[in-house]
This record gives sequence, C-alpha cells and structure tokens, in this order.
Amino acid sequence: MTTTALPISAHPAVEGGLQLEVTSVSVQTESIVSIILANPSGGTLPSYVPGSHLVVQYGDGVNAYSLTGSGNAPSEYAISVLRVEDGAGGSMAMHQLAVGDRVYVSRPRSAFAPVSTATHHLLVAAGIGITPVLSHARAAADRGTTSSLIYVYRPGAGAHVDEARELLGPALTECSNRTGFQEVLTEQLASQNLGTHLYVCGPGAFMDGVLGQARELGWPEARLHSEAFGAAELDEGEPFSVNLVRSGIKLEVPAGVSLLETLENAGKTIPNMCRKGICGECSLSVLRGAPQHRDLYLTDEEKAENTTMMCCVSRSEDPELELDL
Amino acid sequence: MSINIDKNPESDVLPERIRRFPFPFTAEQYRYSANVEPAHKTVETEAGAWGAGLIDIDEFYLQELADRDQILTRDPSRMQVLPHMRPAVWDALTAVLSSMAEDYPDTMSFHREGNTCRWQNTLQNLNIEFTAGDDDSLPGGPMRFLGSQIQDDIVLLDIREDTMWLDAGLVSFAADWSFSFDVGMNFLEIHGPVPRVKEENIVRRAEQFLMRLQPGEQFRRTNWTMTIGQRLDTSTETYPEWGPDRGTIATDPDLPDKLHLRVEVQHLIRLPHTGVVMFLIRSYLLSLTDIAKVPVWREKLGHVLAELPEDMAEYKGIIRYRKAASDWLLAS
Repeated sequence: MTTTALPISAHPAVEGGLQLEVTSVSVQTESIVSIILANPSGGTLPSYVPGSHLVVQYGDGVNAYSLTGSGNAPSEYAISVLRVEDGAGGSMAMHQLAVGDRVYVSRPRSAFAPVSTATHHLLVAAGIGITPVLSHARAAADRGTTSSLIYVYRPGAGAHVDEARELLGPALTECSNRTGFQEVLTEQLASQNLGTHLYVCGPGAFMDGVLGQARELGWPEARLHSEAFGAAELDEGEPFSVNLVRSGIKLEVPAGVSLLETLENAGKTIPNMCRKGICGECSLSVLRGAPQHRDLYLTDEEKAENTTMMCCVSRSEDPELELDL
Repeated sequence: MSINIDKNPESDVLPERIRRFPFPFTAEQYRYSANVEPAHKTVETEAGAWGAGLIDIDEFYLQELADRDQILTRDPSRMQVLPHMRPAVWDALTAVLSSMAEDYPDTMSFHREGNTCRWQNTLQNLNIEFTAGDDDSLPGGPMRFLGSQIQDDIVLLDIREDTMWLDAGLVSFAADWSFSFDVGMNFLEIHGPVPRVKEENIVRRAEQFLMRLQPGEQFRRTNWTMTIGQRLDTSTETYPEWGPDRGTIATDPDLPDKLHLRVEVQHLIRLPHTGVVMFLIRSYLLSLTDIAKVPVWREKLGHVLAELPEDMAEYKGIIRYRKAASDWLLAS
C-alpha cells in the first residue's frame, strides 16, 4: 500500500465536495482499473443522477470520471479509469491509487441524464464509454424501465462485460468489429418502438457516426443523447488580471476562482445574491477590456457594449480588465 | 427562547409569528426580479430572523397539516403525479425527510439502509418504516405522505427537451392559481399570465438558471401577495369562497385585522437522484395590525402598495383595496 498524501488544498473544481477513501482497486482489462471510493467514516454518499460523473483531484490537476452505479442512495462510488499513456497524467495517477488512499472528489455532476418519459433506453457504448451507460442500465432496471445495450470493444479489452451480461441478459449485444456493429446498429435503430431514447458514449467519431445514422433514419433530435467520455466540462476559465482604477490596485484572478471571490479575498465588499449570474446584484462597471460574459442577466445588447459585467461568473477575453472600483 | 438581543427592545415582546415572519421588502417599491439566493442563510429582519433551515416548522404546523388533509379529502385534484414522476416523488421524500432530521434532531430522525427507511417525527407521534420505491409502503403513497410532514406546498418539474414540465405536485395552499390546471404545462406556459415578466425575459432566465443547477443544490426566493382572512387555500378552485371579499374589504372597518400580507418562501432544489427540480412553497400570513407593530414594515409596505403599478396590482388581485390598505398603514 502506497501512502499518497492528500493534497494540501482542494482544487476549485472539487471545492464543496467530499474526501473519500479508496476501498478497492480491481483490474478490469490490461489498461482499465475500477476504483471504489467510500466515506472514511462510513455511511451513505449523496445519491446521483444516472450517467453522472465525479471530478477527482490528482496532485494539482483534476479529471472527470463517469460513475457506474445506479446512483440510488449509494454506499460507495465506483469509477473505471482507462490509462492514457500520453495524457495529462491524470489517468496514470489514478492507476497508482491503492486501498486506503484518500482523494478529494466533487459532488456528482449530471450532464448525461436519462429521460423520465422514455419508454425504452437504447444504449450504445464503445470501449470505456461503457461506464455511464452501465449506470443508465442499472437505473432503468431499478425503476422498472427497459433498456438494451450495444457494446463495442476490442476482444479481451472490454470492461464490465460480465456485469453487463448479468444485468441485461439478451438485451446486450456485444460487437468486436466494425462491420458487425454497423449491422446491429442499423437493425436496432430501424426497429425501435416510438418513445425509445438513444444514449451514446464513446470516442467522438464513433458518437458522430451513431448519431448521424440515427438522424438519417428519422430520429428526432430530442431523442438523441451523447456524452464524450472523460470530457465533461469543468470550465474554470483562463487566468486574467483586473486593474481597480479607483482603488489603485491590481489583482490576479486565477483559473477556477471567480472575480467576485478574488475581490472579496482582497477585502472588497461587492453586493451579491445568487453568485450564479442570474440575479444581477454583483454588476460592475468595466472601463477597459472585453469581459467574457457568462451570466444570464445581461441582454445580448448589454453584453456587446462591454461596459458592465457580472463578477460572480464572468471573466475576461483580454489579459486585463479595468474596473471602476 | 428569544435569541435576538438587538437594538429594538420592543422586538423581544413581539409574538413569534411576527419575529419569524419573512418580511420581503428591502425598499419602498417592488418590481419583479430573479431574486434568488442560496438557501440556508439566516436573514435578519427588523423584528427577528428567518431562513436558517430548509423546512420551517412553526406554531401552525399541526393546524395547517390538518387543513391540508381536509382539502385533499374534499378535492383530490390538488395532488397529482404523472406516472413518469414516481421516482422523483421518492427522491423528493427522502431528500426532505433527511434534511428535516438534520435540522430538527431533537424531534425527528431519518435512517436509510438500502431502500429500507425509518422516519420518526415526535411532533406527530410518528415512527414508521417504509421501502423507498414501493408506493404501497406509505399511507396514501409518498407524495401524500410528504404533504403530511411539511407545511410547504410541493411542485416537481421534470427537465426534458430543453425546458421544464410541471408533472407532479401537492398544492393545497395556492395563492390565486390552480395546480390541476397547470399540471403538464411547461415553465413558459405556467408563467403566461404574469405581467411584465415575458417582456423582461425573467421567465426564460429563471428557467435557464434552474436547469443549470447541479443535483443537490438549493436556492430560494420570496414572492408576495395579499390575502383576506386567515386562510391559506385561496386556490382558483375555491374562488367563490374568498373572491367576493376582495370587493368589500376596502370599506370594512376590520380591514387591519382581516387583511394579511402573504409571503411565500420558495425553495428551488435540484433533486439528487432524478435531477428533477423541486419547488417548495411555504406560505406565511401576517395581518396589517401585526405588520404595524414593526414601524419599518408598516412604512415599507404602505409605500410599496401605494407605488405598485396598476398591471401588477391587478395581477396580484389587490387593485380594489390596496389604496385603503396603504392609507391605513401610512396614517397609523
């Protein structure tokens, strides 16, 4: 057992999240491990929406991984991580985790939810894309809705194959080559009953192909759902600096920290309410520079004028903004 | 159990209903706005404070729940759950009960092991075991049961097709609207009758905000109107019972006792397991007589009522008596 020390401070993307302990690490395939995380003091973890991901901190960085359970009152969170040799290092660090290690994680975030009115869920996954759709299949079984899965993986390199077989029985179709997959996909896309929703997860080109074919066969856009694995947006923004003209000070706004927080940390009191870019309370006057508007409050015209910004969510297109503060 | 030792010595002797009242006005005029803020934040008022917890239980707890039970028995349409919302109702129930157990550890507890749940609520002498997901394991089903534990009305909005749909709820204390008329509508349709908000794009912004909330996040806002008599059920369904009072209250010598400021504290919560948006609407009534015991409130409400534009006063149903009310408040 290695003792990876918990990083000194939580990354902004996992702030307000949880500190969990690794309780199991198991090898799925040559390049995929499954990691189970639990509350070190026992007890259940927050429920999550099927298809959710967890942002996990490794060293100074963070990565997002799909949760593979149903999300109903879980006692543990399970993720599976594909080792990417030439990636940013997140997957390599995850592969070094051992039982007993502690990690900072975000609360589960939902970006690939099942549709409650679907009469059937058709799931299509390639490779590590199995992880969120496995969560969907489990939740569908829980809720008494039907689902079926087309799972493409290289022979010997399929993660969670046994679980998928047990969960889905004859509703699972496994494919190991492109031709076989195309035949199955076309057949299934063309034979679904009204009310079926399609969920696809895998490499970008794979998803584009599946969705394109569904559209050609007349599937309406509202029935198509996809998630690029591991690419859940964190959107912490670029660092920039602000020049407070009236106060005569300059502040740096790091990535992942809002302008509002930066101003508050510097002792400024800015009226604010929602801190989500909707209420309009934290409006600031911009004297120079183009804000990167990310709020819901200003109209498009107001945004284009670049004279006002909501400092709780908006950032800067330019390296520096001048503010009337 | 007074916890506020403040500048106003009078506030210590004010009754609880005044000290805990969520007086909504910060200025002497009122306009619609997306006035949302994070939940669980205590707001100090001139008379006391409100807003520390999610579910607020006060001296009217048992009375209001008894009223609701009668209303539901008389008119079952006040509770509806479209079939695809069953998981969301369970999500709502377990989320609310565990929050209550945290906020009221002396009187309530909630334990869950898998799907087996135990809920104790000593205020109702209740100690009950049920199975999450099994509608038959709770008297009246999970929505009716939730409505028997909290004073709030409950509305569940499903997110589909880039909008939200009012697909389930239990609303016994509607302020001049009909829950059963709105069931199945989307967010924009529900807000169709509200003046100004379409032009000001408030509805679309509010919708975007709610749809971007992450599961588990909790926000709140306040809304207000006025109600004649100490009655929470001013739904469209019972209009014949309360509507006519609007025409007579202006000249009624008992106006200060009969006319109430009605404030809704609305919690907006994205449920953890289904991602459904839960609206909890908790309604408070305070008579003008009580309002006038807090001089700042008396003046603010008096000015707000006097200044409110016609279209907004019309929509709130107060146009025929708001002048009488503001005259009384500003004169006393």
